[in-house]
Amino acid sequence: MDGPMGREEPLALYVHWPFCLSKCPYCDFNSHVRAEIPRARFGNALRRELAHEAGRMGERAERPVVSSIFFGGGTPSLMAPETVAGLIEDTRTLFGMTDDVEITLEANPTSVETGLLRAFRDAGVNRISMGIQSLEPEALRFLGREHDAPQAIAALETARALFSRISFDLIYARPGQDARAWRRELDAALALVSDHLSLYQLTIEPGTRFESLFRQGRFHLPDDDDAAALYELTADVAATHGLRGYEISNYARPGAESRHNLTYWRYGDYLGIGPGAHGRLTRNGATFATRRHRAPEPWAERVERTGTGAHPEERLDNRDRAREMLLMGLRLAEGISTTRFRRRTGMTVPDATDPDILHAAIGEEYLVHDQATGILRATAAGRLRLESLLAALVL
Amino acid sequence: MTDTPLSLIRNFSIIAHIDHGKSTLADRLIQACGALTQREMTNQVLDNMDLERERGITIKAQTVRLSYPAQDGKTYVLNLMDTPGHVDFAYEVSRSLAACEGSLLVVDASQGVEAQTLANVYQAIDANHEIVPVLNKVDLPAADCDRVKEQIEEVIGIPADDAVEVSAKTGLNIEAVLEALVKRLPPPKGDASAPLQALLVDSWYDPYLGVITLVRVKEGRLKRGMRIRMMSTGVVHLVDQVGVFAPRMTNVDELGPGEIGYINAAIKTVADTNVGDTLTDDRRPASEPLAGFKPSIPVVWCGLYPVVADDFEKLRDSLAKLRLNDASFHYEAETSAALGFGFRCGFLGLLHLEIIQERLSREFDLDLIATAPSVVYRMLLTNGTTEELHNPADMPDQSLIEKIEEPWIRATIMVPDEYLGAVLTLCSERRGMQEDLTYVGNRAMAVYRLPLNEVVFDFYDRLKSVTRGYASFDYQMDGYEESDLVRISILVNQEPVDALSFIAHRSAAETRGRSICAKLKELIPRQLFKIAVQAAIGSRIIARETIGAMSKDVTAKCYGGDISRKRKLLEKQKEGKKRMRQFGKVEIPQSAFLAALKMDQ
Repeated sequence: MDGPMGREEPLALYVHWPFCLSKCPYCDFNSHVRAEIPRARFGNALRRELAHEAGRMGERAERPVVSSIFFGGGTPSLMAPETVAGLIEDTRTLFGMTDDVEITLEANPTSVETGLLRAFRDAGVNRISMGIQSLEPEALRFLGREHDAPQAIAALETARALFSRISFDLIYARPGQDARAWRRELDAALALVSDHLSLYQLTIEPGTRFESLFRQGRFHLPDDDDAAALYELTADVAATHGLRGYEISNYARPGAESRHNLTYWRYGDYLGIGPGAHGRLTRNGATFATRRHRAPEPWAERVERTGTGAHPEERLDNRDRAREMLLMGLRLAEGISTTRFRRRTGMTVPDATDPDILHAAIGEEYLVHDQATGILRATAAGRLRLESLLAALVL
Repeated sequence: MTDTPLSLIRNFSIIAHIDHGKSTLADRLIQACGALTQREMTNQVLDNMDLERERGITIKAQTVRLSYPAQDGKTYVLNLMDTPGHVDFAYEVSRSLAACEGSLLVVDASQGVEAQTLANVYQAIDANHEIVPVLNKVDLPAADCDRVKEQIEEVIGIPADDAVEVSAKTGLNIEAVLEALVKRLPPPKGDASAPLQALLVDSWYDPYLGVITLVRVKEGRLKRGMRIRMMSTGVVHLVDQVGVFAPRMTNVDELGPGEIGYINAAIKTVADTNVGDTLTDDRRPASEPLAGFKPSIPVVWCGLYPVVADDFEKLRDSLAKLRLNDASFHYEAETSAALGFGFRCGFLGLLHLEIIQERLSREFDLDLIATAPSVVYRMLLTNGTTEELHNPADMPDQSLIEKIEEPWIRATIMVPDEYLGAVLTLCSERRGMQEDLTYVGNRAMAVYRLPLNEVVFDFYDRLKSVTRGYASFDYQMDGYEESDLVRISILVNQEPVDALSFIAHRSAAETRGRSICAKLKELIPRQLFKIAVQAAIGSRIIARETIGAMSKDVTAKCYGGDISRKRKLLEKQKEGKKRMRQFGKVEIPQSAFLAALKMDQ
């Protein structure tokens, strides 16, 4: 698919909906609470920004075809279904979509949102990612979620009747959660879903309520050794249910991986619209990092005035791209194709990495470099220590 | 001024343990003679340096000239030479003593004689001083004058019956001290018509006047406009000013025999004036110089490094400035693989080291790292030459060394007898040899010979802790002896960390090596790869610890919106790595070595 203009791959589209009913104490995403969510205004602004970005990518025939759409947030299940339908229709008209396009919407399992699932399916959504977070009542309270466990199970049942592809999130390594308790919860979760799970270890992000509580010593997290043990347990339990850890925190039956997210990790192109959304776009062989105004209302004002809420783009040089591709690609069990690495970054893996560390990391079995297939990948042990590995390895 | 007859001059110094009230007594004497009005008296006039006042110790010798109308109707000139109370400054003590004929021995009437008092008083006796015991703080309820007098007689061996009982704080009996000085101290001797012989007692740098030189005239006269010759170097200077400290600098025309004062002779740096040198008249020189002092030799060395590499130049300038006023302190540039660029510095002792370090941080605002202090070893090499070793990292290969000698000290420790057992144990752990053990009342005095090397390694701290701070300690250098010494290198992933290598007696090598490895294991954060920390003598490993690889370090979520932030974080980490020291494939933050060095002291 390599075109002369470097437009070699389909495009992933990310749509950010910045509003939530309440702010969760662990969340550092760009999410906001409003007394009245301005659904119509933001629906219109998103559609306008999408059209504007399409216009910047040349004539219809020159634009890439879209292979996935992801409605994220915030809580995109708070969007009007008509907005979702309109954005999907616009995408089809402005870019065209692949036959097997994957359209995911993040949803919370509260009753209101569950009631809208059918409308989202009718709008064209074909995959649901449910923010369950836990099946334990006490943990849900600690995590500040608006739903309870029976609601979560009911929401999953409703979704199962409507969608063939369902995923949900859980947060583990919570204060006081031991291996036995996590195994029990994870077994229960795996009985509810058959093809995809995102299992995140609880981390304390700067600027969150958890950060100040944690700093005050109001709760404690497992130490690194215990966290590592829980991580390994997670992979084992998922494997017994037929789910493979294909990324640090994502587990799927083979073939059921999130194609949209794979685009990020494989360092493909993606267009991000909506407040604070990031993108990576290739134009004439150069890669640009794009991002949009984070605050919802000022973003909307800019879109209404000029068609876009974008900040100036940052042109990424070869070194930047090599760093980004390594830090994303090594999260994947499949690793990085060195051929593709050269094509996407203009650099070779040896140019982009410290040879001594590469050698040592291979010796320590943190990395595998398969000369025959040209694949460089991190082993499970390497992925468990990926940040330190990257800091040492990446030049 | 000033043509004072010898019979009306008394030159004296004050010997006291820290906190026994020397400076307060000096202040009272100055006040009683009306040299300063009440309003002009700041507390402790003599201790000029902030650091001196704060620690209650005197570092540089100071002097003041007082005029005292005595009960016999005559007015006497009293020259008070202040002396440092600490052993590290024994050299400064000796030059002060050489300028005087007598000493006041100040002893706290409740505390009694302490180890430092002893060393100084013996020096004064050696200098043929008349000693006048003064019991201070007699107003305190715990004062026990009879017991302390008995102690002075027993321990020091001088009569204490007519000790003057005072309270410097309240001013009680200060007059009696002045009378005792006049009556009991001998006047100086000297011939005003003889060729000039003046002892160079001290010198310091004054930013306005240049180098000020403190002198004691022994024979002849020292006049303004005279061309004086330094007898050790033959260098000649023109005397611009002659003066006395009263206590402010006051110009006079000349100084006669027995007098103490200063000259200002357009001398550029303190290093051009050798303390102990004899000044004479260039036109009519003396045939012989006075008996000088032994020059001061640094006995303790350590590396000083700026925490921030950019401060290196500032450190160099600051050391140069300190050296202007303290010629006893030495420094030379050195490089450490672990710590970067710095200086190897030589000191008269541990307190001197501490004071210089503190002055650098306080007066020059420098954040410093000090390597573990080391003594000066003497190595006789197989090629027949002798070398002095100031830095363990420079030690030649064992096969090139015929034998090594280390410096020993003679230490006096005074301690309440309930702690004596602990002190004796500590001394024998440190290879000490008991020379003497005596009791006065419930206080014991132990005299030990100890290798200095064992004392620079946390001896003070241990002594303080096993005696709950009740011990007093003093030492003097006592020659070199051959010893079975080895250099212990600390290796991180097989690479030596120069700043952590040290020299120890073979018998202590393994224990110390093990303790440093264990400390480093605690201090070095776990890394991507496991780290071997070893202690070695030559190629033989004597201790080993392994720091396991970190178990988990990965962000749970990383999607399309996180890439830029993660890349920037990675770039920042690469910047941070520049401050790390690479050991094979691991980087160790400099802070770990700093912490190890801190724990060492």
